[in-house]
Amino acid sequence: MIQLPCPWCGPRNATEFHHRGEVTPRPEVASVTPEEWRRYLYFRRNACDWVEESWYHAAGCRRFFKVRRHTSTNEIVQAGRVQ
Amino acid sequence: MANGNNGPVNGHRQRKNKPPRYSAFSLFRHGLSHSDWPRVWRTHPLKQSYDVVIIGGGIHGLATAYYLATNHGIRDVAVLDKGYLGGGGSGRNTAILRSNYLTPEGVRFYDRSLQLYQHLAADLNFNVMFSQRGHLTLAHNDSSLRTMRWRAEVNKLQGVDSEVIDPTEIKKLVPFLDTSENVRYPILGALYHPPGGIIRHDAVVWGYARAADANGVHLHQNTEVTGIDTRGGRVTGVQTSRGRISTRVVVNCTAGWSTLISDMAGVDMPVTTSPLQAAVTEPVRPFLDTVVVSGTLHVYVSQTDRGELVFGASVDPFTSYSMRGSLEFAEGLAGHVLELMPAISKMRLLRQWAGLCDMTPDYSPIMGPTPVEGFYVDVGWGTYGFKAGPVSGEAMAACIAHQRPPKIIDAFGLDRFTSGQLVGEKGAAAVGH
Ligand SMILES: Cc1cc2nc3c(=O)[nH]c(=O)nc-3n(C[C@H](O)[C@H](O)[C@H](O)COP(=O)(O)OP(=O)(O)OC[C@H]3O[C@@H](n4cnc5c(N)ncnc54)[C@H](O)[C@@H]3O)c2cc1C
Ligand SMILES: [Zn+2]
Repeated sequence: MIQLPCPWCGPRNATEFHHRGEVTPRPEVASVTPEEWRRYLYFRRNACDWVEESWYHAAGCRRFFKVRRHTSTNEIVQAGRVQ
Repeated sequence: MANGNNGPVNGHRQRKNKPPRYSAFSLFRHGLSHSDWPRVWRTHPLKQSYDVVIIGGGIHGLATAYYLATNHGIRDVAVLDKGYLGGGGSGRNTAILRSNYLTPEGVRFYDRSLQLYQHLAADLNFNVMFSQRGHLTLAHNDSSLRTMRWRAEVNKLQGVDSEVIDPTEIKKLVPFLDTSENVRYPILGALYHPPGGIIRHDAVVWGYARAADANGVHLHQNTEVTGIDTRGGRVTGVQTSRGRISTRVVVNCTAGWSTLISDMAGVDMPVTTSPLQAAVTEPVRPFLDTVVVSGTLHVYVSQTDRGELVFGASVDPFTSYSMRGSLEFAEGLAGHVLELMPAISKMRLLRQWAGLCDMTPDYSPIMGPTPVEGFYVDVGWGTYGFKAGPVSGEAMAACIAHQRPPKIIDAFGLDRFTSGQLVGEKGAAAVGH
């Protein structure tokens, strides 16, 4: 089982977490067009490479954090706090 | 059928070469003489140009090539695969076929595929072992029962045999199911779909490959696409590990890898890639002759003609291009299967494996042209694309031949993710593939 280094709780099994996915910048709600908003909602890079993504520690501290993971090996190199 | 896409396109069916027949006699003769079996398809040198280059030698790429050649007489076609034919999802799926989807567009589309599957063995001259044994989706709570009633009504309106049945009827169909009320997730009812069933997935792949080959298509295994050339917004060729091919038409049929191929053409995709795992037990005597799916328990099971139980589940909990199986999967699966069928607790798992799934936001495929002229996609097959192979091949071939999507795939264009007209199939495709 892969483990994730929660910046608050330390390494825990992946089953404790919820995968939120790629970090995509959220467009400005007041000025965004519907098409741009849908691009933000639906389109993903889905890279086969190192990616930066966010996870949620659902069965732990219930906080979000970022990791860098390689999507073909699932190797994880670093984690960072969000907020 | 209301799809307007039955039978010949433009009223004329092109001449079709039938591959040589297999017969009981030749089986007997070869058995006696131990002579070599003839190759099922040929190998060719890679030409420097083709009219159509299809990337991905799974069921979608092969079916598209076959129908291009047989329905439209477009035979200068290459299918390229970086590995071997059927090495992707097409050789790793659990081979469940059905058409009891949730949206009218979806139901019409998948039902056309079932119809093509029904005479595929005769069309391809290859036994694909299609067994329409019936398909049950169990409901363990009120909301899933409600979705099933909804699906049953949509299905019936499209002429698809589908109805909600109660636990007594379920017990008659599957005596080994625990239909008692004193379990954590009691069974309240099921969506019953008699024409659903299972097929021999490898045979479908090999059958299409053999028939495409007999009709002039070149099948190139171990040929990886590394780039797509465009000029002025239109496709001019593909770069491969074996050299460049010039072409004006490229079709992306690479399922789990499809974002990477679209990237090469500069086309953005609303797709994420997730592994999906499955497992099979040792063979036992036949006792289960329907396909049973439980969305709530995230598990489904069928028994193959050889007697093994084939189990599947929902996709892994995070996106990845890795095809490694996991212990959590096997553990979770076993627990859930035993809640449904406590009697099989002594059976042993033989194997487990994973394949890659190209998930879309609405659980419907993405088919047709893209902003890059000559670059077509037939992707977004998620966990449910094997059953769609025949209709997708037929529709993509028509799309390329006539340079516009046929009616049956109208709703599945890439542009729906900017216009917002999604075709939500999650309620019918998240667990039951
Ligand atoms: C465990 C599991 C169970 C499933 N169960 C079912 C089911 O019961 N019913 C159902 O309908 N569907 C099911 N599916 C989904 C189904 O298997 C797929 O949707 C379907 O097989 C996709 O077919 P395809 O031809 O589009 O792609 P694939 O069969 O995945 O073929 C894509 C091919 O592209 C090739 N490729 C990738 N990159 C390149 C490149 N750069 N150059 C050249 N070639 C490349 C790959 O080698 C691969 O062979 C299941 C999937 C899995 C994994
Ligand atoms: Zn934590």
